[in-house]
Amino acid sequence: MMASRMRSPLGRAIGLGSAKDGVDHWWAQRITAIALVPLSLWFVASVISLVGADIESVQNWVGLPLPAILLMLLLIALFYHVSLGLQVVIEDYVHTELAKIGLIIAVRLLSFGFAVAGIFAVLSIALGSTS
Amino acid sequence: MRSADRPLSPHLQIYRWQLTSVLSVLHRATGVALSAGTILLVWWLVAAASGPEAYEGVQDFLGSWIGLLLLFGWTVSLFYHLCNGIRHLVWDTGHALDLESTYVGGWIVVGATATLTLVAWIAGIARWVS
Repeated sequence: MMASRMRSPLGRAIGLGSAKDGVDHWWAQRITAIALVPLSLWFVASVISLVGADIESVQNWVGLPLPAILLMLLLIALFYHVSLGLQVVIEDYVHTELAKIGLIIAVRLLSFGFAVAGIFAVLSIALGSTS
Repeated sequence: MRSADRPLSPHLQIYRWQLTSVLSVLHRATGVALSAGTILLVWWLVAAASGPEAYEGVQDFLGSWIGLLLLFGWTVSLFYHLCNGIRHLVWDTGHALDLESTYVGGWIVVGATATLTLVAWIAGIARWVS
């Protein structure tokens, strides 16, 4: 069989096969990348139009439905992409098991934390709970 | 074969610098830099939600020389990572993987990064003085 010939001697001896979830990370990185192309271009253009604006103008802009929705989508795609990308960098350069796993966990938790902080800020402006 | 007898591939310092490898390293470096830059984005949003005092803090920082320098570096990094990311997505489809295409694509990415950065900053400065 083709499958058994493709295996390494160690792989044959252990006989577990692949974990079958190896492509999830790859796919998620691509999908978030595709989402970030239009979202980040839109964001840069928006920031340029807000140069020199006071806080009221910024709040008015963030509170509009389309910017609010796009900002939250940007935050989700961005921090998902960040956590996946930094994970690969850590896996490539950090070879102490404890430090590697600790850093990956820290990156995951911080990414979730910053994403939630950003989304909460957008929602609180959009839903008018800002004084 | 003992491991000492095995041929070693040349290490990173031995290789001559070439466009393809430099751009590959830069993709990673800008990715890490942009990850740090996301903190600025969240700070800006949270400050805008918190009120005038907090927002003034962000504005003062971004208007300072360090702030402007960070913003400029962040703009270059973003446009580079974006353009080279699209180059990677093209490669993912199995296209443009031959040697000549990797160089042509690489120079296109360099040119597009410079153009987009220039356009963004000219537009931003024009907005600032008006």
